[in-house]
Amino acid sequence: MSTYIAIWFLHLNTDWFSLRQPVLKTLPLVLRTPSHGRMVITSTNAVAESKGIRKGMVLADARAIIPDLQIIDDQADLPQKLLRRIAEWCIRFTPIVAVDLPDGLLFDASGCSHLWGGDEAYVGDIVKRLTQRGYNIRVALADTPGAAWAVARFGNDSLIIPKGKQLEAILPLPPEALRLDVENCERLHKLGFHQIQQFINLPRASLRRRFGQQVLTQLDKVLGSEVEFLDPVIPVVSYQERLPCLEPIITVTGIEIALQELLTMLCLRLQQDQKGVRTAIFKSYRVDGKIEHVEISTNRPSHHVKHLFKLFELKLSSIEPALGIELFVLEASKVEDHFSKQEKMWEDTGGLDDIRLAELLDRIASRVGMYAIHRYVPAEHYWPERSFKKANSLQEELTTSWRTDKQRPLQILRRPERIEVTAPIPDYPPMLFIYKGRIHKIVKADGPERIEQEWWLQQGQHRDYYHVEDESGHRYWLFRLGHYHDKIFQWFIHGYFS
Amino acid sequence: MSRTSKADIFAALQSDILRLQGFKPSSHIQVDAGLGPLIEAFPNATFPLGAVHEFRFEKIEDSAATNGFLSGLLSNVIAEHGTILWISATRTLFPPALKNYGLQPDRCIFIDLKNQKEVMWAMDEALKCGALSAVVGEVNEIDFTASRRLQLAVEKSQVTGFIILPEEKKINTTACVSRWKITALPSTTIDDLPGIGIPKWKVELLRIRNGKPGVWELELRKGKFEQSINPSAETLKRNTESIQQTA
Repeated sequence: MSTYIAIWFLHLNTDWFSLRQPVLKTLPLVLRTPSHGRMVITSTNAVAESKGIRKGMVLADARAIIPDLQIIDDQADLPQKLLRRIAEWCIRFTPIVAVDLPDGLLFDASGCSHLWGGDEAYVGDIVKRLTQRGYNIRVALADTPGAAWAVARFGNDSLIIPKGKQLEAILPLPPEALRLDVENCERLHKLGFHQIQQFINLPRASLRRRFGQQVLTQLDKVLGSEVEFLDPVIPVVSYQERLPCLEPIITVTGIEIALQELLTMLCLRLQQDQKGVRTAIFKSYRVDGKIEHVEISTNRPSHHVKHLFKLFELKLSSIEPALGIELFVLEASKVEDHFSKQEKMWEDTGGLDDIRLAELLDRIASRVGMYAIHRYVPAEHYWPERSFKKANSLQEELTTSWRTDKQRPLQILRRPERIEVTAPIPDYPPMLFIYKGRIHKIVKADGPERIEQEWWLQQGQHRDYYHVEDESGHRYWLFRLGHYHDKIFQWFIHGYFS
Repeated sequence: MSRTSKADIFAALQSDILRLQGFKPSSHIQVDAGLGPLIEAFPNATFPLGAVHEFRFEKIEDSAATNGFLSGLLSNVIAEHGTILWISATRTLFPPALKNYGLQPDRCIFIDLKNQKEVMWAMDEALKCGALSAVVGEVNEIDFTASRRLQLAVEKSQVTGFIILPEEKKINTTACVSRWKITALPSTTIDDLPGIGIPKWKVELLRIRNGKPGVWELELRKGKFEQSINPSAETLKRNTESIQQTA
């Protein structure tokens, strides 16, 4: 059974300002923000509230009530920043803490309270510690986040709801406790439904017809028949191993031992769950509070200790231990299913599916980067530069076959280079060409092979390719850009045949 | 009778030496390297797999010829589904053209690196990986220590390595099993037809451990290398010289 805790900060913003200037604590304090050409109060503190000042009042009215009102400009993103900071601090109570804007926090406290010796002591500790920090709060504990939220804000007597009693707890509460929008609340009040018990037993169909789906969803969430997910401030990593050290580690050997230990633990767990690492982070918490990160990624899921260690080993030198490392954490931030294969009696060599090949490419990628590794598959284009494309993976199948009907050079220039050419008759292969100051007399030639621009991809002139051989027996790929009679044609060299 | 036994003893001793030098007889797979007349130059008339071969070229045009000869050779010596790693810092190879030499371009993985140091490191790592059929590396220069390291790596993994590097004035001694030089020759025309015929190369095997170096003129016909029908006078002369030397 799950347990949730909702914390309501009654005066979050003003409490924070009072913490910075303790003198404000005893004075009536409001925060203001301009709205439609006037100043409106967005937050009040307890003193101001006791004198009848409410959120949403116009500042001038409030001044009329309390002449010595303390006024501070509101900051729009203040609650978010504050709540996040408090939520991170609250990790001491439970690993899953979610920010509940604008003025609350939600904990998933399942299985936590016994560490404090029961629900009362647990809630008591939360209240005590947050109140000590200077915040005015109400804390409620219930089986669902919705019920805890409702009781924290609107509950009158006990704020700790026993197991399975959330229905009884919310019956006397007003409809606002269901986290409905303003319109629905107003409509419910207008019809005389001032408490949840007055409408909870109505037929669901008529409730849906009159108020929409929202009322039913929220009711289900409070009662627990619909699951509500929290968005934790620090996402929980399911595959994580920790290794605290008795004494700070400063040597490479020490770091290697720690890594080996962590990898063995992690891979054992992964193996049992039939998972493999795709990305992993090795964090070293230093004595001086800094965290050193080393990250690796693999081509295919792996739970092979030796291989993963090799990947990390290439990067271990970037860890600077300084005064020493007191805690090592290894996280598998991305895992994928990895089913172990039956061992073979003999290894088959060669295929692209070979696990040893994937491991080799991982090692290369972790040293020089993934961008250095290319595999190509054919693409259906005649334009030479587009006749092949990068494959997405080692396993990508060919969608079309490689063409062999046209001669293509084995070496190609990254971009075609200009050459000087003497050609006797239009559309005949040239007699000679000058490239890099050397004259090549052409003895044999094939061509032209005209390749048109693919106008839907790129505009420009077509190319007429010639496969030529000079008197020394070297073979080249030349082309003329444009028609011979256009007078603006140019000649280029594009590659070398073997 | 004593003559034949002597020859037998020589053959046995030679194969012993080969084994001691780290050449495992590639007994389980007998590959036909498709090299035609050239095959006689190798020890035991088999192309040495599981070794590092060195290819030198003078001009950029000849490096294309080297790539062409190498692709033809690779298509014959590697397994059908074998993977080739092509490591280079200055790659100009046009992948689709490999298909013309019988290689599947999608079975080649190209590693494009920034400098020579990375190429040598990647080459060393790749040659240790038994999952590959062949590794081709384009480097600027290689010293004896580096080549020895590569040779040690292949002795364990039985991968075949090929290094392509430019010709230098003073060539370092290397631990490679062979040194080749491929030069493009005017193509052979078929039946006096116009245009370019079948590409022809001058294949110089400058050094081969326990083999006979020589010069050949080869053409690639239907995926196999064949001796050119009308070799040039120079090659013929060099050939007779080398035969006389060995005799």
